[in-house]
Amino acid sequence: MAAIRGMIRGATARRVLAGALALAACTAVVPVSPARAQPAVQTVPVGYLGQEEAVRTPLTFLRPELRDEGLQGARLGILDNDTTGRFLNQDFELVEAILPRGDDAPGLAAAVEALAAKGVRLLVADLPADRLARLMEHPGAAGMLVLNARATDDALRNERCRANLLHTAPSRRMLADALAQYLVWKRWDRWMLVVGRYPEDQAFAEAVRRAAKRFGARIVEEKSWTFEEGNRRSDSGHTTVQSLVPTATQGAEHHVLVVADERDIFGEYLAYRTWQPRPVAGTQGLVPTGWDRVHEQWGATQLHSRFEKQAGRWMTQRDHAAWLAVRAVGEAATRTRSADPAVLAAHIKGPDFALAAFKGQALSFRPWDGQLRQPILLAGPRMLVSVSPQDGFLHPVSTLDTLGDDAADSRCGAGK
Amino acid sequence: MGATTRGTGAALLAAALSMPAGGAAAYTVHVSNERSNTIVVVSPETLKIERTIPVGRRPRGMVFSHDFARLYVCVGDDDRVDVLDVASGTVVESLPSGPDPELLVLHPTKPILYVANEDDNMVSVVDLERRQVVSEIQVGVEPEGMGISPDGSTLVNTSETTNMAHFIDTTTLQITDNVLLDARPRVARFTADGAQVWVSSEIGGTVSVIDAGTRRIVKKIGFEIRGVPREAIQPVGIELTADGKRAFVALGPSNRVAEIDQKTFEVKAYHLVGQRVWNLALSPDQTRLYTTNGVSNDMSVIDIVAGKVLKSLPVGDSPWGVVVKP
Repeated sequence: MAAIRGMIRGATARRVLAGALALAACTAVVPVSPARAQPAVQTVPVGYLGQEEAVRTPLTFLRPELRDEGLQGARLGILDNDTTGRFLNQDFELVEAILPRGDDAPGLAAAVEALAAKGVRLLVADLPADRLARLMEHPGAAGMLVLNARATDDALRNERCRANLLHTAPSRRMLADALAQYLVWKRWDRWMLVVGRYPEDQAFAEAVRRAAKRFGARIVEEKSWTFEEGNRRSDSGHTTVQSLVPTATQGAEHHVLVVADERDIFGEYLAYRTWQPRPVAGTQGLVPTGWDRVHEQWGATQLHSRFEKQAGRWMTQRDHAAWLAVRAVGEAATRTRSADPAVLAAHIKGPDFALAAFKGQALSFRPWDGQLRQPILLAGPRMLVSVSPQDGFLHPVSTLDTLGDDAADSRCGAGK
Repeated sequence: MGATTRGTGAALLAAALSMPAGGAAAYTVHVSNERSNTIVVVSPETLKIERTIPVGRRPRGMVFSHDFARLYVCVGDDDRVDVLDVASGTVVESLPSGPDPELLVLHPTKPILYVANEDDNMVSVVDLERRQVVSEIQVGVEPEGMGISPDGSTLVNTSETTNMAHFIDTTTLQITDNVLLDARPRVARFTADGAQVWVSSEIGGTVSVIDAGTRRIVKKIGFEIRGVPREAIQPVGIELTADGKRAFVALGPSNRVAEIDQKTFEVKAYHLVGQRVWNLALSPDQTRLYTTNGVSNDMSVIDIVAGKVLKSLPVGDSPWGVVVKP
């Protein structure tokens, strides 16, 4: 492995910004000729930090249990980076680390130190919000640029934001705003909101309430889903659910039922069983997401095809966010011809960064909170329904900034 | 050249010169409809569809044989190239092409097709006499655009995710240069004199002009249209007039075609066409430009002398490629 030059340990946001400006000044495009010159291979280590956890069983029988979600996306990102790297004498290496189950502080510290010892300064974090927040508190992470490829929590983009933390996973607010824009465009502006019992359900519901207010929809009734959860298979089959859902969804006149069930415990039960004949949207039904198999436009089929060949299954939002994070590093290495993590981090955060991601336009990070601005898919169970932002929702800079926290909404001090 | 390829520059010029003035020529316009799975033939005089030819699934890139008797059509979802007999308007055979062919180019003198296999990071070399893939060239992620120099010595392939133009020596089939471009390069076209290669970057929103000798970018052309968001400006199809004066670039969902001075690189005008304009083809006398508009399902016909759109006509579902037979 090539020596890692210019580590960003201790680099301040100011220094990183200065680097970005210096870079912007010298991004003249020059041809590369591996046939004519053979410079030493630059090795770019990219860290991946995941955690062991109980496998979640989806309610539908059509989707498999996933044991390698996120990781497969990161691995494909490395392969894609290497295909380009071949022409530039750059070699990308994924340094994988998996944290043990539970909240194990020594385990986290050991993993961060091991990654740092292997030269990792650019780290893809495939962790839930709390674990990610703990990672960011660890002194070893201070010298790294961390790309959050999983946690959708809005607090990480606001009160708990960090100058060295970027997010390739969309935030809950982006997802809720994407759905709201479409429903409002359809003039389905009276919503019934059904919310699960877990904190993440509450968080998504909060994003939905905010979106309703922003885009002029009304939540006419809110319900909590408090029924006992059970096994998805039982000999009694569908009959219990068929009698339960109509009564549970009885209420004020609405156009659409919006569900908040991130753990996939009951949301799939709602469609076709509601008291009134209404469509279901949210975490099930019509789902706002960063990525889904139903997406075919803008060359997406090529990415699906590469992923499925490698992983033997479909690519999820989490896989795509991890792929994006690794590709962001690759894109920076291609453009800067550098393996220096400080140079790469500066380019990723800088004004010239643009990533193509099969979503029809170039993606870049918002300077105020480190969030990757991106179109959000509205995926039906078997077909893509639409892509937000919707026509008519305007923004002076980028229509993508109509989704989630705009600069004026941001409560992140680090990026400002 | 790719989707908008006619024959060689020389053949074209000869055809143009032999044509009566006023564009009253017996040429035909061929459009591929990627959703209808058809090729339609449009008469330039009546601007009506003369013939609809069913082909394989998802037809996109097309190129004529040297004598214009055959039309080779990439049918990506069938992983092959369909061969149309132009006179009878029927598919007479199919050629192997490697997986998911999208764009292709014909060697200007030899019976060799070069096909970009979008799904496989390869350019396939198809021998038309032996009717088989005789070689494969490993390129970047998602190969797309294909251009060939007028003398046939240099092939240029773009790779959409690697963001490069790969210069390939057609004798050795080795990559000799890689030029880094703005995001998602799509179409590559040599100028008639072979001195430059113009490449569109769909997501980057620019056209790069590469010096074919030094392999350096000599100019990056940007676009700005009042009232159109920057992200809607997505350059794809390119047509360069044979006299070296004018260039036309299809700008995707901005629904415009940019007209550019080939010498100064200055954008002279934006022509408003149908929705999501993909590709372009000049008439043999270089007085008209035909565009495929993928979302509005029509073709716009631009009088490039008067600088105005003459007509839009429906041609099928999701028109994509367009080529002109003199």
